[in-house]
Amino acid sequence: MNIVITSIVILGAIGCLSAVILYFVAKKFKVEQDDRIDQIVEVLPGANCGGCGFAGCQGFATACVKAGSLENKFCPVGGAPVMQKVGSILGVEASEVEPMVAVVRCNGTCANRPKTNTYDGAKNCRIAASHYAGETACGYGCLGFGDCAAACNCGAIKVNPETGIVEIDEELCVGCGACAKACPHNVIEIRKKGLKGRRVYVGCVNKDKGAVARKACKAACIGCGKCEKTCPFGAIKVENNVAYIDFNVCKLCRKCVVECPTGAIKDVNFPTPPVKPAPKPVEEKKTVEEAKPVEPKVEEVKVEEVKVEEVRIEEVKTDTLDNGKKPDAVEQSLF
Amino acid sequence: MKTFKIGGVHPNDSKLSACQPIEVMGLPAKAVIPLSQHIGAPATPVVEKGAHVVVGQLIAQGTGFMSANIHSPYSGTIEKIDNAVDAWGMPCKSIFINVEGDEWDESIDRTDTIVRAFAYTPEEIVKKISDAGIVGLGGACFPTHVKLSIKAPAKADVLIVNGVECEPYLTCDHRLMMEHGEELMIGIKILMKAINVDRAIIGIECNKPDVIKHLTDLSIKHFGIEVCPLKMHYPQGGEKQLIDACIGRQVPSGALPISVGAVVDNVATCYAVYEAVQKNKPLIDRVVTVTGDKMSHPCNLKVRFGTPLKDLIDKAGGLPTEGEYKMIAGGPMMGRSFCNADSPSSKRTSGILILPEDKARRAEEENCIRCGKCIDACPMGLEPYLLSRISEVKNWDLMEEHHVMDCIECGCCLYTCPANRPLLDYIRMGKQTVGGIIRARAQKK
Repeated sequence: MNIVITSIVILGAIGCLSAVILYFVAKKFKVEQDDRIDQIVEVLPGANCGGCGFAGCQGFATACVKAGSLENKFCPVGGAPVMQKVGSILGVEASEVEPMVAVVRCNGTCANRPKTNTYDGAKNCRIAASHYAGETACGYGCLGFGDCAAACNCGAIKVNPETGIVEIDEELCVGCGACAKACPHNVIEIRKKGLKGRRVYVGCVNKDKGAVARKACKAACIGCGKCEKTCPFGAIKVENNVAYIDFNVCKLCRKCVVECPTGAIKDVNFPTPPVKPAPKPVEEKKTVEEAKPVEPKVEEVKVEEVKVEEVRIEEVKTDTLDNGKKPDAVEQSLF
Repeated sequence: MKTFKIGGVHPNDSKLSACQPIEVMGLPAKAVIPLSQHIGAPATPVVEKGAHVVVGQLIAQGTGFMSANIHSPYSGTIEKIDNAVDAWGMPCKSIFINVEGDEWDESIDRTDTIVRAFAYTPEEIVKKISDAGIVGLGGACFPTHVKLSIKAPAKADVLIVNGVECEPYLTCDHRLMMEHGEELMIGIKILMKAINVDRAIIGIECNKPDVIKHLTDLSIKHFGIEVCPLKMHYPQGGEKQLIDACIGRQVPSGALPISVGAVVDNVATCYAVYEAVQKNKPLIDRVVTVTGDKMSHPCNLKVRFGTPLKDLIDKAGGLPTEGEYKMIAGGPMMGRSFCNADSPSSKRTSGILILPEDKARRAEEENCIRCGKCIDACPMGLEPYLLSRISEVKNWDLMEEHHVMDCIECGCCLYTCPANRPLLDYIRMGKQTVGGIIRARAQKK
């Protein structure tokens, strides 16, 4: 009995002593962990895709808290709503970041770019690219074995067996850039999604000289420089025989689309067809510019109905905008 | 009979052109000389557009330590220096020459007389080899002068000459040894002097009994050179395998052959060394085997660099007019299939193999059943099925841990796999990536 009591006392004493030591050690070496990191991790999507440029969501949260601001930080998966939540946790305003989307800069469909040989190795773009130029005469374009599709966490990329190149579903794409990193030919680019998803870009990355590029693919950029001369905003640069449109400068006027002799410049999500004969591009530009402010749409519809009074309508338009009584004035003038 | 200890396979050797004497290939009208025909930095052109060149004139200088000179194999005018498309459709900077006549540099001895005596110091020999732009003609094209510049404390005690030619189909080394045995012996003597060793071993596989007999007879007159007949076993021509087979030493993982005191050179390189040192002739041509199961005239051709591959194929009977076929630069095991026959031959081109329709395609890929055949076959003692799998999931750290950098890309795993999995494709990709990571890491330090 004595032994039992002794051991209980001794063990109890050791326990108390350890507790005291642990208490002071814990006080002394306390790791300051900001609660906000965990809160931010909670609101992040948890995809751990690395699209933000940090090592997973935890890394992104830590970086946000450390910096104390959201400058140059954006979660492409969660987008603006998530960034607002992160901002409210940190007590700062989330800066507006334009949504981005992946774009395949290759027009090399089976029809445009005929096969010259058959690849028989492992079906992997990176392996094929390290072995040779590819199944066609173009050594720069999409190889079509789907490394990007495998890298995509959102299921936004699919290889179209009919065209032989990959296609991106812009509804699903979050612009994280995993596909662009996976592509050995750097065919995929992350570009601004643009107003209403409207984008103009050069669908070719072939650096060969014009004749060689054209021989390999009917829709190749031949580096002729017509688009560079046509562009009124200086958004297009031709370097190494291939044109590039800077999406920060481009105003989506589509003059270059009309001008391109091979049709290498693509425009997407525009309501009107892009290619018009030479004299018309001025008019085309108008419609695009009108598309930016939201109000004038009412008039646009009516132009079709009453063609003769076109001039008058335009006069009315300026008046109405000044007076601020738009609907009434328009109706009056028309009836 | 001797051979290496780990792994290896035994493909059918199919040496169709073994009895065809070396023929000299005619000159093309236009030639394209690539500036990168070796491992390391591409050479820098030293001639300009419109200049007249003669055979053997230096047209591009090696840049830096790991590079090699390039000499003109033709006489004529330089048309332009521009990008050409290589056999794999990739652009490569090249010198275009309009061939006019066949005028040689006067310092080159073009006679057939065999020059035996030489009295050069090792430094002079290495200098001559470096000037002549000689690279390892076994396939890797490693600049020979770099291999011979042994830095202390490493010291060589034996020269191993690679006459194995374990690749099926290829017979260029076989014919060279038969027809130029005497010159080869002198070339070996020169190399022995250059690295200061008194023993050389020529490793030859037993499927070439005529060569073994011929060279054994010759070696009696050349003190220090011995012929070592080896059992047929692929990949015996690999440096590390050959050292193991000939002298029973194992090169440690990640080390060079010099760490066990051996220097390995191919027979074609030894012959080129003879020509460079004794005849003053730079490396401008080599023997190329052009062969294939359905070719009407498989042959061994002495080809000057820059000749279009199509000309060589036409000489051997031409491409099949119908059906699929596969063109391979090199042998069927380690060679690289190519798609552009209009591209020029280079120092790398040891053979051209045209596989007919029934052999052209790989068999359908199935699931790995973990049978372990690839492990048995791997001559480096690696686990190909595992490496291939972790390369597929891009786990580069784990690949490095599993010694992917030791892989010699011999293709034994792919050859032996009953499920026809593209093991080597994935391992090669992993090796390239891990190599890049290791280099980046070394640069950081």
